[in-house]
Amino acid sequence: MLHLAASGPVIPNFSAHSSSCAVHNRLLCWDWLKANWGLVLWPALRQHVVLTLIAVGIGFAISMTLALYAHRHRWAERPVMLFTTFLYTIPSLALFELLVAPVGQNVFAAEIALVSYTLLILFRNILTGLRSVPGEVLEAAEGMGMTPRQTLLRIELPLALPAIVAGLRIAVVTIIALATIVYTIYDRGLGVPIHQALGEGPFKTELLAAGGMAILLALLADGLLVGLQRALTPWARMRSAA
Amino acid sequence: MFSEDTAHLEGPSAFAQAAELELRGVSKRYPGQREPAIADLSFTVPAGEVCVLVGPSGSGKTTAMRLINRMVPLTSGEILLGGRSVLERDPRELRREIGYVIQQIGLFPHLTVAENIATVPRLLGWAKERTAARVDELLALIGLDPEEMAGRYPAQLSGGQRQRVGVARALAADPPLMLMDEPFGAIDPINRTKLQDEFLALQAKVKKTVVFVTHDIDEAIKMGDRIAILREGGALAQYDTPKEILARPADEFVAEFVGADRGIKRLSLTRLADVELLTPNGTGPAAERIPASASVKDALSVLLTAGGRPLAVVDGEQRVTGLVTLAHLERLIAEEADGERSAPASDPGEARAGGGEASA
Repeated sequence: MLHLAASGPVIPNFSAHSSSCAVHNRLLCWDWLKANWGLVLWPALRQHVVLTLIAVGIGFAISMTLALYAHRHRWAERPVMLFTTFLYTIPSLALFELLVAPVGQNVFAAEIALVSYTLLILFRNILTGLRSVPGEVLEAAEGMGMTPRQTLLRIELPLALPAIVAGLRIAVVTIIALATIVYTIYDRGLGVPIHQALGEGPFKTELLAAGGMAILLALLADGLLVGLQRALTPWARMRSAA
Repeated sequence: MFSEDTAHLEGPSAFAQAAELELRGVSKRYPGQREPAIADLSFTVPAGEVCVLVGPSGSGKTTAMRLINRMVPLTSGEILLGGRSVLERDPRELRREIGYVIQQIGLFPHLTVAENIATVPRLLGWAKERTAARVDELLALIGLDPEEMAGRYPAQLSGGQRQRVGVARALAADPPLMLMDEPFGAIDPINRTKLQDEFLALQAKVKKTVVFVTHDIDEAIKMGDRIAILREGGALAQYDTPKEILARPADEFVAEFVGADRGIKRLSLTRLADVELLTPNGTGPAAERIPASASVKDALSVLLTAGGRPLAVVDGEQRVTGLVTLAHLERLIAEEADGERSAPASDPGEARAGGGEASA
């Protein structure tokens, strides 16, 4: 599935498709979209989703582990914050290029870079969520005989959920945007058609379609996460209902 | 052992258990501090009684309470619950058998009222049906409609309702002991009185051994079968019934702590039903009616505004059982004070001072 786009014709062939809309480079050419959806846009979109899911998934796993550790061992917060902030501040183009030498122009280099941008956001949000649990709630949990593990699973994590999902939303939208420059080291994702369109003069339809898809994807993912949070935290909406 | 007993109980309606609590020479010293937080505390709370721990801030009353369920580790001494040292128990297992209520309540905001109450039954692994029946029973007991309230979240409750749910949650697994740390401290005065009365009525039904922490001596007098007054540094100043503490404070600290108005406070401990009343004929028309369940202090207060006319004391069916007048109450109070003076004073210093005055 990933090699589809690479093997297909990526540069729009104006003479072959010879639509007058495409030739005159109007804002949006439906016939070009139709002709190139299956070969260019759809594969790029799927690659983009995969790049994002892998990055956020791995980033979430690492961040959750670090946050749980820092939650129990306060000393760990500062070094983790320093390191993830440092990663976050590296210019993305530079990081991609820096990774090429040791890792190569491949999916690993792309994901390492993307993951490193999720860590600060996710770590900080998860930890903030865990720390936001009121002291009296923890005291009640302890006083009723919950083990630290039960307190974490039944009380702390559920109550941290709004902050965790808030972090996921920022991370997902950030990575969807950042993944459009993965093409510089690895020709996958919506960055490929965007870059192509810019090279073509720029070709407005392809630029608009690929860029628009990246934006729509980000909005859709954000919407899904909002829905997920509402479904998982019915209690958080009850505040004004009393 | 208690959880096993609980598991054997038939049906959910049993409030079978209360256990005696005994503190033997209990001390707590925090590392790096010269003064102990709790110094050599010893007292016994008989099963089914309410013991109020009261004292100024810094007297360690909350610490003393948290030693019992091992949320604060003991430095020395022994605490026995139902004759068994709490130190032998796994702390979590122990805590599941001790109801725990705190001032801020600490309901779990992401769980419904029913789920909150079911917390300890879930930890103990009760069957679903048994837990559900127990939750309904407890909601009814605290006066909340199970149909309406079980599915609500804490944020949808009033402060008083939250407090009631907190008590129900602590009672869920029928614990032999309840620890209550200023449970009504964050409630406005009107609702506090209501919740106190409700809790006393509840306690009359469930008969738990209760350790109740407060800084409010009036609450202590009202709620306690016994009161343990702690002084700064966590030493026990006096442990006795409210009546005895008001009548015979052990020393100046206790006398000062219970207040100069302890004479009036004592009147609040005696109900009209328990005193000798005047017969209803020949005293003129009564100004107002007062229930026999009211205290002598209440009667005195009403009489002071009744313009010298007697009060009619009525029973539950509004039948007049007798009358009280100011002069009559005055006589009763004087008689009781006489009885006290002839009894041996518990503080030798006070007794000497009294004797010296008499001979002067």
